[in-house]
Amino acid sequence: MRRPGAAAEASADGEVLISARGLTKRFGDFTAVDDIDVEVHRGEAFGFLGPNGAGKSSTMRMIGCVSPPSGGELRILGLDPRADGPRIRARLGVVPQRDTLDEELSVHENLVVYARYFGISRKAAHAKATELVEFAQLSERATSRVEPLSGGMKRRLTIARSLVNDPEILLLDEPTTGLDPQARHALWDRLFRLKRQGVTLVLTTHYMDEAEQLCDRLVVMDTGRIVAEGSPRSLIEQHSSREVLELRFPADDNAAAAGQVTAAAGALAERVEVLPDRVLVYGPDGEAVAHAVHAAGLRPVTVLVRRSTLEDVFLRLTGRSLVD
Amino acid sequence: MRATRDGPVDGAATGTAVPTADEARLRRTPRAGSLAGRALEYWLRSYRRTWRSSVFSSVLSPLLYLGSLGFGLGTLVDDGSGGGVGVPYALFVAPGVLAANAMQTGVSESTWPVMGAVKWQRQYHAMLAGPLDVVDVFLGHLAFVVLRLVMVSVVFGVIGALLGAFTSWWTLAAVAVAVLCGAAYATPVMAFAASQENDANFVYVFRFGLIPTFLFAGTFFPVDQLPELVRPIAYVMPLWHATQSCRDLALGSPDLLAVAGHCGYLLLWAVVGVAAAARTFRRRLVE
Repeated sequence: MRRPGAAAEASADGEVLISARGLTKRFGDFTAVDDIDVEVHRGEAFGFLGPNGAGKSSTMRMIGCVSPPSGGELRILGLDPRADGPRIRARLGVVPQRDTLDEELSVHENLVVYARYFGISRKAAHAKATELVEFAQLSERATSRVEPLSGGMKRRLTIARSLVNDPEILLLDEPTTGLDPQARHALWDRLFRLKRQGVTLVLTTHYMDEAEQLCDRLVVMDTGRIVAEGSPRSLIEQHSSREVLELRFPADDNAAAAGQVTAAAGALAERVEVLPDRVLVYGPDGEAVAHAVHAAGLRPVTVLVRRSTLEDVFLRLTGRSLVD
Repeated sequence: MRATRDGPVDGAATGTAVPTADEARLRRTPRAGSLAGRALEYWLRSYRRTWRSSVFSSVLSPLLYLGSLGFGLGTLVDDGSGGGVGVPYALFVAPGVLAANAMQTGVSESTWPVMGAVKWQRQYHAMLAGPLDVVDVFLGHLAFVVLRLVMVSVVFGVIGALLGAFTSWWTLAAVAVAVLCGAAYATPVMAFAASQENDANFVYVFRFGLIPTFLFAGTFFPVDQLPELVRPIAYVMPLWHATQSCRDLALGSPDLLAVAGHCGYLLLWAVVGVAAAARTFRRRLVE
């Protein structure tokens, strides 16, 4: 789908920093990224949301100028990655999916080493490292080796490291995957700070809560394609109902129950989805559906009314869950 | 454009302005290879962790080889053969082991460290996230390997001279040839290492490549002692060319033309290796 009408919304007035037209990445016969169009503007937080294998990381690697596109056009900061990769990379910050820290070096040394790749003078590199250690909330561990640090600490250090060159665009490939909830929140807090300071953030995630929290605008990707684009709120409004009723029935009973639920809900339900472990009823008023279901004599094990999320949008658009 | 964007991001996260941003920007795309020094700096910094044990083994290696082969075995050889190699065996074997030692260092530094930087510690990927090109990343690492070769070969030369196994000032040139020999092995092996999915094949490089070469390519006895059919295999090995020239130089009256020919052959290996590594590094790291 090509920029489905939503291009004009949100932050369309900022300068365009990343622009992709028909961007494609093939590995042999496999098409990882299939003809996508993307525009990212200065100062916005832009997300690629999709399950594993959707093509998010391949897209990020092309934007990071470490993977040449197989087709289409890509401009970053007004430059062509094929010809000006090093020049573009000098102005990007990259948080790769897997940390590339040197675990034998100290926290501080990791920052200095990395700053030197950017040609930053030794003196400035040490000053910057000291400040970024503080930003990463690792001041007490500045001189300790990286290896024994927790996953969350290493991730914060990786983010701090990506800031040594004061990047104009910060690329974050699944920044919080594998972290516990507390570490995720600590990390989000750091990203919020950067966002407030006007850093352009581009991130991939398969967590819908992360996308909702951090992104001004996002694209939903599935099997290499963009299936929807917009702000989290507009995507939910466009593709899902206001509320969702989640019903769990005794084991293996969901499919049969779904038919009865549909009949019971009648016009109150816009749509009914059957998942392996639960039945979802989409409608403007979940409470009303719950009453109707109860009145019809159905007795689910659990009943939950909640707001629609990006997870529901994804389910609607692709028929699959984000995280399996 | 850049001048106007100082506000939010400079000192992002930090509060104070540190004048790094402008230093980090590039006005034009640099020539591939011109930023290799930045990669080299990493390897040197990382070496500070292990230099003690590394210096120790650089000193130990000539002591062990020259002690056991030069002066231990050498006594037997000299007594038994009536000087079949023309000079005391210690003087014969020392330049050979000098070259072989460089070969061994060149290969060790180009196998596991390269695999680690691709797959385990992933230092190459960290470098490539910034302005460095694949060629910078490769040349920076190669420069470090060459420095290691200089180190082990100089130490070998000094210890050998102290033990009396090197007697001519031409040994200085032999040390340089040993470094070239190490590089002739290092570059193709780096190319190979970067193309491997894991380190399983490195064992075979050592077992079926390095050890036979070490034993039969002229380090311990002249190649013309080998059956005629096998000799050409030794002649193809860079190590044979290195042992010949190192020996010729270290014994003090070199045939410089022959040495130049051998060095040309070593250089060819090194250059072909660089070209091959530039390809395999790019294929592996930038896909």
